[in-house]
Amino acid sequence: MNTQSTTLLIIGGGPGGYVAAIRAAQLGIATTLVETENLGGTCLNIGCIPSKALIHAADEFAKASSYAGKSALGIQVPSATIDIARTVQWKDGIVGKLTGGVGALLKKHKVTVIKGWATIVDGKTVDVKAAAEMLRISCTHLLLATGSLPVELPFMPFGGIVISSTEALSPKVLPKQLVVVGAGYIGLELGIAYRKLGVQVSVVEALDCVLPAYDAELTRPVAATLERLGISLHLGCTVLGLNGAGNGIRVKNSDATETELPADQVLVAVGRRPRTQGFGLESLRLDMQGKSVKIDDQCRTSMREVWAIGDLTGEPMLAHRAMAQGEMVAEIISGKRRYFQPAAMPAVCFTDPEVVVVGLTPTQAQQAGLDCLHASFPFAANGRSMTLESTDGFVRVVARRDNHLILGWQAVGCSVSELSTAFGHSIAMGATLEDVAATIHAHPTLGEAVQEAALRALGHALHV
Amino acid sequence: MGIHVIRMPDIGEGIAEVEVVAWRVQPGDTVIEDQILADVMTDKATIEIPSAVHGKVLELGGKAGEFMAVGAELIRIEVEGKGNASDRVPAAIVPAVASAPAPISSGAKPAPTEIPVASVEVKPAAAPAAKSHARAAGEKPIASPAVRRRAWDLGIELQFVPGSGSAGRIVQEDLDAYAARAPQSTSVAGNRYQARDEQLAVPVIGLRRKIAQKMQESKRRIPHFTYVEEIDMTELETLRTVLNTRWGKQRGKLTILPFLMRAMVLALREFPQINARYDDEAGIVTQYGAVHIGVATQTEHGLIVPVVRHAEALDLWGCASEVLRAADGARSGKAAREDLSGSTITLTSLGTLGGIVSTPVINHPEVAIVGVNRMVQRPMVRGAAVVVRQMMNLSSSFDHRVVDGMHAAEFIQTMRGYLECPATLFTE
Repeated sequence: MNTQSTTLLIIGGGPGGYVAAIRAAQLGIATTLVETENLGGTCLNIGCIPSKALIHAADEFAKASSYAGKSALGIQVPSATIDIARTVQWKDGIVGKLTGGVGALLKKHKVTVIKGWATIVDGKTVDVKAAAEMLRISCTHLLLATGSLPVELPFMPFGGIVISSTEALSPKVLPKQLVVVGAGYIGLELGIAYRKLGVQVSVVEALDCVLPAYDAELTRPVAATLERLGISLHLGCTVLGLNGAGNGIRVKNSDATETELPADQVLVAVGRRPRTQGFGLESLRLDMQGKSVKIDDQCRTSMREVWAIGDLTGEPMLAHRAMAQGEMVAEIISGKRRYFQPAAMPAVCFTDPEVVVVGLTPTQAQQAGLDCLHASFPFAANGRSMTLESTDGFVRVVARRDNHLILGWQAVGCSVSELSTAFGHSIAMGATLEDVAATIHAHPTLGEAVQEAALRALGHALHV
Repeated sequence: MGIHVIRMPDIGEGIAEVEVVAWRVQPGDTVIEDQILADVMTDKATIEIPSAVHGKVLELGGKAGEFMAVGAELIRIEVEGKGNASDRVPAAIVPAVASAPAPISSGAKPAPTEIPVASVEVKPAAAPAAKSHARAAGEKPIASPAVRRRAWDLGIELQFVPGSGSAGRIVQEDLDAYAARAPQSTSVAGNRYQARDEQLAVPVIGLRRKIAQKMQESKRRIPHFTYVEEIDMTELETLRTVLNTRWGKQRGKLTILPFLMRAMVLALREFPQINARYDDEAGIVTQYGAVHIGVATQTEHGLIVPVVRHAEALDLWGCASEVLRAADGARSGKAAREDLSGSTITLTSLGTLGGIVSTPVINHPEVAIVGVNRMVQRPMVRGAAVVVRQMMNLSSSFDHRVVDGMHAAEFIQTMRGYLECPATLFTE
């Protein structure tokens, strides 16, 4: 067995791991990164990026199809068709460019990347089964960035017509009837995209609302879209399993009535769990928090010089969180004093319309015992929204009543994901309502709704 | 906005002047009710002065180390509402325009100029409280990511930095101001061999000043004569172990101090001139029947000598519990005045740090101090054989003006006799 030694050894080349590697290398730390699959992790390969590509393709196809009917814009086209194999090829092209780019960045920064399966021996030693050989790597610091996996339903495991988001992002052919289990952001993003691609879609959710993590006001425009697109919603229903013929699933509603939903594909999107098994993590006997590895505000585990970041450490499972943690850990190892204490963590649903949440919602602020005011500005009163044919939704701001410090932003509407930048900035900088209200926002943009929401909270909105 | 004045409280015991030992707040700080403003010290005790109001500190009445009269203005605090003092300007004008200042000024403002003793709670000193800060407890400091990062680099807790921006936001300038005021922490690792040029001027105030004065006084006035003798403690240690095994649970464990105190009491019967206080200005040595033994005690703030009174009337366990009580009182700052004065002789021990020899400084105006050195096993010659014995030195100083070397030596030899044959401690 060959042996190597390094200062920092990272297991997992996803957004957390590769960012940690680049930053560590920038800081002059000898760094080795072990990854079994392509670089980029869930995010670049089977998550954020491919899903956004598929959603874009579905949107474009839906738009083209709408022009085949009557279009208010006066555009007329013959009927639209889609070659899903080409679409997937295009998506794979983007993924390839991005993962290749990560590889180039790591190479440029002289990070040693080893393709293989890592198994932890102890807190300072990791065995790697690479293609040709076994390798033993000893390190000073061990960074765990192994990510997460889709949660499987025990009575309906993945396989056959039951698929996870991974398979749903690379369809060979489109199913006729898709049942989506789970109305969280993953289920709805994919369900809406498939519907726009022409698939009959049903969504089954155990709770009695869609996007249960968000408040009713925010999710109402999304629910309206589901109805408009003809996605059949089965709320308050539990899934019992596949039917005997294997061409549908059995569900039970709140009255305990059983029905069958026909399906030639079932997408199970009921959440993700930290990947804690299969690489010898158990041998370290780290303190756990539920199913995730327990960390402090410097991403230290219960073992000295063993660090953990990203989905492995639990909710919120977001790529940007993992990246920020990875960067921080590299800086701490280099001797800097850093803590993971973000002012706010943005979260986006790329549904139709999009939903974005940064900081506290009015309910959360109230629960935190804060005396708050909040105000919304509707996109129906925003000129740019009208020119984009999407006047659904609003921007909402939450601020302290006493000093107007902004605590949170929520928005729902077309392309509001891009507003998360403005939301994040204002909270991180400690802006007050007056700061945002007195900033000149370009006209005509969706961003004007941000300024108007702040003005409205101050009691003098101009356009509503 | 009004102004609330807190005055130096009357701590009792007829003390007219109190020393400000430390300020816990600075002008510009926001203080909340019950927050400690300053530590003050009288002859015997350190006391914390809390704020009676919520507001902003305008002015301090004096510097740390200054003596202030009881009733003098300690601090001015700007408060919401009226406060308890009018502005300084009109107060100065009133006597100036009046032909007969005293009756008019007292007639115009009778109540506010009174000493507000009632508004000040007097608490014994405890561990120093957290630094003052403008944020209420649990409130997060607001700062941009760049400011946060720089605060980490500087090792500054933003929680304690007052923010000048809107909604109390901390800006870079606030951090600069705080960094200039706060003592620099060395956050950079690997500076063990760095050349260092910093100097730290520590004002000798409070208890430290008192200790300095007492030591100087003693060494200046008293020609010390120091005498060292070694004591074979083997038998006493055997006895102590037996007593602790037998009585330790009910009566408490005995250290060697109570035995030394008993030996001292018995030896002093033969040498009354050593249990004395010498008033050299009056030219009188007062010998005492009572043996009040001062026990030198290290506290967080410095050396204090609490007194075990009437040691001649205490048995071993009585001595032990009195030593404990006196030392606890001194350490917690709760010692009563009589517990800290009136000793006729002093015992000083550094325990396991006792060393081989020391040169104790007499607790003026006493005439003797007995120092206890470390007890260790040493090879000793007994008969024709080398044996292992528990040996311990006593290093003692005497006022050579009134105690002759001969008598000093005989006193220590008498103590040694009692200690080496502990049965004699209990025979009359």
